[in-house]
Amino acid sequence: MATPASILVLEHELLKYRRAFRGTLVSSFLNPVLYLAAMGVGLGGYVAAGKGGAAASAALLGGVSYLAFLAPGLLASTAMQTAAGESTFPIMGGILWDRTFLGMLATPIGVVDILVGKLLYIGLRLTLVTCIFFGVMIVFGAATGPQAFLAVPAAILTGLAFATPIIGFSASQKDPSGFNSLFRFGVIPLFLFSGTFFPVSQLPGFLQPVAFVTPLWHGVDLCRTLALGTATPVGVLVHVTYLVGVAALGLVVASIALRRRLRQ
Amino acid sequence: MADPSTPPLIRARALTKLFGAFTAVDAIDFDVAPGESFGFLGPNGAGKTSTMRMIACVSPVSGGELSVLGMDPRTDGPRIRARLGVVPQQDTLDQELTVSENLAIYGRYFDLPRRVIRQRVAELLDFVQLSERARDQVEPLSGGMKRRLTIARSLINEPDLLLLDEPTTGLDPQARHLLWDRLYRLKQKGVTLVLTTHYMDEAEQLCDRLVVMDKAKIVAQGSPRQLIEQHSSREVLEMRFPVGVQETLGGLLEGLGDRVERLPDRVLVYAADGDAAATAAHERGLRPEMSLVRRSSLEDVFLRLTGHSLVD
Repeated sequence: MATPASILVLEHELLKYRRAFRGTLVSSFLNPVLYLAAMGVGLGGYVAAGKGGAAASAALLGGVSYLAFLAPGLLASTAMQTAAGESTFPIMGGILWDRTFLGMLATPIGVVDILVGKLLYIGLRLTLVTCIFFGVMIVFGAATGPQAFLAVPAAILTGLAFATPIIGFSASQKDPSGFNSLFRFGVIPLFLFSGTFFPVSQLPGFLQPVAFVTPLWHGVDLCRTLALGTATPVGVLVHVTYLVGVAALGLVVASIALRRRLRQ
Repeated sequence: MADPSTPPLIRARALTKLFGAFTAVDAIDFDVAPGESFGFLGPNGAGKTSTMRMIACVSPVSGGELSVLGMDPRTDGPRIRARLGVVPQQDTLDQELTVSENLAIYGRYFDLPRRVIRQRVAELLDFVQLSERARDQVEPLSGGMKRRLTIARSLINEPDLLLLDEPTTGLDPQARHLLWDRLYRLKQKGVTLVLTTHYMDEAEQLCDRLVVMDKAKIVAQGSPRQLIEQHSSREVLEMRFPVGVQETLGGLLEGLGDRVERLPDRVLVYAADGDAAATAAHERGLRPEMSLVRRSSLEDVFLRLTGHSLVD
């Protein structure tokens, strides 16, 4: 029986990833350790001792410690960053640098197979990164309750909602200078202001609606409510629908952009 | 050679490629027969690569008809590509993988079983003389080695038709001859080769039949021998004069041989007997710095047909 073409593309990605595997394993582990130690424990202690004391900050954060508040938000943000990294330079490389996509297209592999294969690979990378992150959360005592692991698939979904539109963006770029703007004006502001580090209610009133339309806020809130056990069926439905919608729309955009670029 | 009883592997009628308002390929007709070695000769920008990309089913046909291996690239792209080998103009090797990994993963794209791949990788590395580099990264290989690896890769699916776009451009003479030798062996085995080149010596070495392309059109076709017989004289007298002298010669060159071509750096006299033309030139008092008689080549055919040389 014939192997699906996208699985063959995934095989290629995994063959390459074998070399980088160890390095990414270490950074996937160190990244949450450093963030949760510095911001969750260090800054968190300071937050608890701040104006109004522990009770006031806990009220603002929904009755939990800053560490417990922060960790699931960071989980979602990490998924976004991993997805953004895998959807920018490696895509441009396949088109422009070592042009491996052009090599694949000389075989029975098609443009959509390349896209789906890449997304399968990104999905696996996200699974690895988020599972390690979750392991670190457990060690830090930031995963409360047996339902907390649900934040892992939520974070993977968040990552994929970024991967597809960013692949579309990358496929339309002539050189990597656009990636600087993407990270400077997209990824980093989202990371800082989408509720990862403080509740969106702390933002000036006019900025709050902006936060609500960003996919990362939906990812952060989904991960956080699932991790803390405060999720409501309606909330989960809204977030999941939104993220799936963005991922699906991105998939359409990405396939059009890749086809336009590769099939001239 | 072309056998009229077998259907062509490639058949193009009024084949056209447009990029917006630009016509890259302008209604060309050609057939490629099984087992034939067929070339597109022409300068950069003549439309050779666009034609190859349409044959390879990676670039949609804008107009006209094209059939490859009896199928339509519009609807049967993956089935056609399964039986093609492609050597693109620019390498598309995965720089992060080793030499043998590049071949193996390519074999997987044709969904070949791993057992078959293992055997073919060994054979192909031997064929292109890269067995010793099997476990090395691709990145530090020389240009010639990368081209050989790309050729090996294009053979992993034992293609019925091998497409080579400028296979030796940018290589040093030794690397080119090694590559030509490998391609010649494939030709001997009966693999149908279609190649583009702007090197006339490459076309003469490898092609049974070729078309000359210029400005998106086919301007002539035939075997290298036929093209030379039809469009050029048997011999050519080349003369180079001291700087500034060529412009002052005026009518002194007229009537030497069948035809005289003035290039910026030299004068070409087309004649059945080059030595006789050289003697006649001497009798007229012409004293070139350099003078030589050679046989006509495809370069002369190209110059005659298009009024400009292959490599500007």
